[in-house]
Amino acid sequence: MKKEYYNPEDLKKFGEISKWNKELGDRFFEYYNKVFEEGALTAREKSLIALAVAHVVQCPYCIDAYTKDGLQRGIENEEMMEAVHVGAAIKGGAVLVHGVQMMNRHDQLSM
Amino acid sequence: MATKSLKARKSALSNTEKQLDVLSNSIFKAGVLPTFKQKLHAHQIEEIKPNVLQVLQINMGYMCNQVCAHCHVDAGPDRKEMMSRQTLQQCLTVMQTEKIETVDLTGGAPEMHPDFRWFIQEIRTQTSVQEIIVRSNLTILLANKKYYDLPDFFAEHRVHIVSSLPFYKRNKTDRQRGSGVFDTSIKALQKLNATGYGKPDSSLILDLVYNPSGAFLPGDQKALEEDFKKALLNDFGIEFNQLFALANLPISRFLDYLIASENFEEYMTALVEAFNPVAAKNVMCTNTLSVSWEGYLFDCDFNQMLDLKVDTAHPHISQFNSQLLQKRKIQISQHCYGCTAGAGSSCQGSIA
Repeated sequence: MKKEYYNPEDLKKFGEISKWNKELGDRFFEYYNKVFEEGALTAREKSLIALAVAHVVQCPYCIDAYTKDGLQRGIENEEMMEAVHVGAAIKGGAVLVHGVQMMNRHDQLSM
Repeated sequence: MATKSLKARKSALSNTEKQLDVLSNSIFKAGVLPTFKQKLHAHQIEEIKPNVLQVLQINMGYMCNQVCAHCHVDAGPDRKEMMSRQTLQQCLTVMQTEKIETVDLTGGAPEMHPDFRWFIQEIRTQTSVQEIIVRSNLTILLANKKYYDLPDFFAEHRVHIVSSLPFYKRNKTDRQRGSGVFDTSIKALQKLNATGYGKPDSSLILDLVYNPSGAFLPGDQKALEEDFKKALLNDFGIEFNQLFALANLPISRFLDYLIASENFEEYMTALVEAFNPVAAKNVMCTNTLSVSWEGYLFDCDFNQMLDLKVDTAHPHISQFNSQLLQKRKIQISQHCYGCTAGAGSSCQGSIA
């Protein structure tokens, strides 16, 4: 058995998920490609959102793909890092906002 | 960043055979990736054939005032190779006898050639060539007093300027082309604008060339052009006509960079995966011939740097034979993937 869970080569095989379920795989990739088309948001803006989300979900494949995508689009490193901070802020905020739940529960149970 | 050419550094990669060896063996020999020939075959393209010759690209010499990290020519101040007056004259003869629409002058920095102005004047007065392109690195226009009036000279001779500017921000440009290059390039662009180049109502054409500052492919040319236009106008009041997005080919200093940074296999894989058969049918070698400083003929400037001469019995401009050249088989190797990736890449930008 391989010693790593993640292999960079596997990113190139992403399309192969359709082999075991063609219909759902094809529908996913059709949806995926449609999502990233130029729309109310530019493809450039979508690339930065994808990069931020990639960090939040901690997907190494997505970080690899959308860092390269950003470079190809001329997105600068300052923009990329700001996007990552947006992701970090939301993720950190999501943790901390649960502190209110903790406080509520604490007060409910305490005399 | 290196300040000397690979040749001056006596790098193994300054040898073209070594470069071809890297391109032909490595992952291609192991069968991990298909060779360019195999890829063409898989798309029912048996060979790339020349169409009507339109562009004569003349490499006037390898001397340059810059030592760019990605340069496929391995140009620099230490390169002394220069085209002789005799060879320039032979180029003029071909322009007179053949229907050449465009002459594309490149280098090195072609402006540094002592016969540069004479040659342009001769092309304008002695031939019916419609378009003269000069590939200018911009900083040369401000490198020495003797070049300061070049924008006026270009305008007078209706020269089409194609200038390299890797990015509209300082850091990426200077990382690729050397410290201070961005600021000087901006001043040179402003000077060209002041002469009328790149202005909306002017017939003086100023195009820019973007090439990625690293081991990745260029993005969409139109989107990049919009970004460049907006940023250069807002930040510096600069206008230009078109942006050509070019892929870096794995030759010479860029090949050296790919190997040293351990990006060679990944970059070649990206090029192969982005192969576009439509681009393969429109590659620039189908309508262009490249002339080296010694007068030898090549299918393109990249083949020139790999010393892959045209496959005919008479590969020198002094023996120019259009019928034989028309029947020739274009020389290919794995570097050709650089021109067929995605929207394709040529000296005139995207091709598909």
